[in-house]
Amino acid sequence: MASRYSFQKPNRMLALYAVAFAVFLYLPILFIPLFSFNAGVYVKFPLEGFTLGWYADLAARETLHHAFYNSLQVGAVVAIISTVLAVPAAKAISRYRLPGKGPIVGFIMLPLVVPGLIFGVALLSLLNRIGITLSLLTVAIGHIVICLPFAIATLLPRFEGYNGSMEEASADLGENAWWTFWRVTYPTIRPGILASLLMTFTISFDEFILAFFLSGTEATLPMYIWSQLRFPKDFPSLLALATLILIFSFVLVFASLRLSGFEQSNRQGKVQK
Amino acid sequence: MTTDLVFADKVSRRSLWLRLSGLLFRHPAMRGYLLLFPALLVMVAAIIVPLATMVIMSFWSISGYSIDTTPTLQNYQAMTDQPMYGVLIGRSLIVAALATLITVMLCYPMAYYVAFHVHRHKALWLIIMTLPFWTSYLLRVFSWKVVLGYEGVINTALLWAGLIESPLTVFLYSQTAVTVVLAHSWAAFALLPIYVSLEKVDKTFLEAAADLGDSAARRFWRITFPLSSPGVISAFFLMFIPTVGDYVTPAMLGGPDGMMVGNLIQANFGPMNNWPAGAALALVMIIAISISALVFLSLTRLIRR
Repeated sequence: MASRYSFQKPNRMLALYAVAFAVFLYLPILFIPLFSFNAGVYVKFPLEGFTLGWYADLAARETLHHAFYNSLQVGAVVAIISTVLAVPAAKAISRYRLPGKGPIVGFIMLPLVVPGLIFGVALLSLLNRIGITLSLLTVAIGHIVICLPFAIATLLPRFEGYNGSMEEASADLGENAWWTFWRVTYPTIRPGILASLLMTFTISFDEFILAFFLSGTEATLPMYIWSQLRFPKDFPSLLALATLILIFSFVLVFASLRLSGFEQSNRQGKVQK
Repeated sequence: MTTDLVFADKVSRRSLWLRLSGLLFRHPAMRGYLLLFPALLVMVAAIIVPLATMVIMSFWSISGYSIDTTPTLQNYQAMTDQPMYGVLIGRSLIVAALATLITVMLCYPMAYYVAFHVHRHKALWLIIMTLPFWTSYLLRVFSWKVVLGYEGVINTALLWAGLIESPLTVFLYSQTAVTVVLAHSWAAFALLPIYVSLEKVDKTFLEAAADLGDSAARRFWRITFPLSSPGVISAFFLMFIPTVGDYVTPAMLGGPDGMMVGNLIQANFGPMNNWPAGAALALVMIIAISISALVFLSLTRLIRR
């Protein structure tokens, strides 16, 4: 019965295409780990033998450790602030009928689409005019702008996934708004909050375009990589570093997507990304 | 006397609080706005105010190393005088449009497969398709440099296999390289909206059409594709708009021929140190993107009618 219609029958050509698509999607990025274990200095075939030397090389780099620590700091601050701002916003968007909600949500989601370059130069212009020196703090401000829409989009499915009657019951039974949040709302949306923290942290940790314009003397990790690209001799160590960053990011994002209920919400067609 | 005053003060403050919470209780919309307020405030402060500053700055000029704040149109004048600006903006629009077109066409069958043919591990497929998108853009472009470079993977592999005599240069530092890499890096942005719209297609329509004797191709063109077109259109916007302003890919892989308007904006704020000119160019870029988006939207309206 189920396979009566051709669109329900397995389509081998299409399945083959899907696998080829996935392979092509990951192919370029797989060369980074491959050559990070290659003994030769130059990225070329044939491979010249296996080494872990490029990874050991990373341990000795002071500026790299510094940049790593900077990125961790910025990422943590950005993740916490954008998630704290996103929780009430996501609740308002999913629960309340607000006149003018469409345009407001559209405005908040704007950074998803607008080129990062625009925000970078605009923020740079403003900071310069009001006389704020560039630092890790200004990088964090830029990152909050681009992370907030992602944080809200990650939290929305959690709020939409349960109805508000539990909160109403709690309020009816005399709990105040604060306790209702802590004892009813928070436990239900906790996976969403965790997903949002992981996602925004990773976006900030990997972000380059805004950091390029808004960082001062202190470099973040992507800025460090950019500055090292000029030195061919260091290229394999950069590949080793890139491999570690990619693994780190993939794990965090994978966990975040699983926690957020991203796939269910997409299946229901709710997140209009 | 003083205790009375303190008491009265306490009472009035309490009643004010009660009135406020009463207001919030009676008007849920007020509560909603209150919840949205912090996020909105941050976004206004970090988007509208900087953009306004940038617009104002675009009417300033540079004198020596400092900025002259007397209003002038000279930055815009320069753009109409020198053809280079028009060429760069035109090229950026074309490269972005081409990359978007390629990606949307390649992503459609993929999204179709996940929406119609994957039943058990849908979530996993979706995560696999979008995972690279969330991770470092810089590193993804960087990986293409490794692949396409003069001494890169493709060239050395072909040399090694004896298929070519000397390294090919067509892959690197060209508009083609930029287009291919942009198409590859933004795939998730095109895939998701198409997938969402395909997933919403009511399968009973397809069953009805099949029962009434429509062929598979006819069903696709008369039902599936028209119903998924909103997703295709939003995929176009979601990818076209950010790629016009990209500067990392052209900076790493474009060479002189592949330079885009984003590179010139970046240069004006960096080594060229002419912020007002950069601000004006950024504004013109936003306007150019908006006009192209409007043209595209009216074209699709025309076709759908």
